[in-house]
Amino acid sequence: MHVLHTLVFVLLTAALLLAFVRLARGPSLPDRVVALDLISMIIAGMLAAYVVWMGQTMLLDVVTVMAVISFFGTVAFARYLERRAIDEN
Amino acid sequence: MRTEYVAMVFLLVGAGFVFIAALGIVRFPDLFTRMHAASKASSFGLGCILLGVAIAHPSPIVIGKCIMVLMFIFLTAPIAAHMIGRAAYLLKVSFWKGTLIDELKGRYSEDRKTLRSE
Repeated sequence: MHVLHTLVFVLLTAALLLAFVRLARGPSLPDRVVALDLISMIIAGMLAAYVVWMGQTMLLDVVTVMAVISFFGTVAFARYLERRAIDEN
Repeated sequence: MRTEYVAMVFLLVGAGFVFIAALGIVRFPDLFTRMHAASKASSFGLGCILLGVAIAHPSPIVIGKCIMVLMFIFLTAPIAAHMIGRAAYLLKVSFWKGTLIDELKGRYSEDRKTLRSE
């Protein structure tokens, strides 16, 4: 059981590193926004897996907050980018 | 404890899908294919992980919170992806060279950035 929990965290950490690669390299700004969205989703998944591992069900509230922050952050970035696209013309 | 193993299967499947999403975001050639990988696979993977949490701790409040987060993600992930895609299209982010069709070409009015209907 312990090995399987570790495997879940290894997979999620590898996903986090890959998303950070795109965040650092991404040629355009929307690429980086997509990578940030994915990073916050991965962190929510890590917290949920940690709930199962340690039995700390209080942390589910943090998962809720991560999901909400992910959505509003992405929407804010998208509106900013759209405004910039309109202003450029 | 049989339910622990069922929950672990869901956790592994979810983590695998999130890993596939991250793999796609690195490997795919342009923004729109990357969004296709990131928004769908990651929300499905997170849904699987939350289902595993609900199976591992089957108390009413945990199940309720899991369903709440799951519904929130499945409602908001398409909206967020749509808004980023629209902003990227208006910013004229370059397509992959193998892209076959751009159905929005010429349909956005240049001054107001609104979509013209037929």
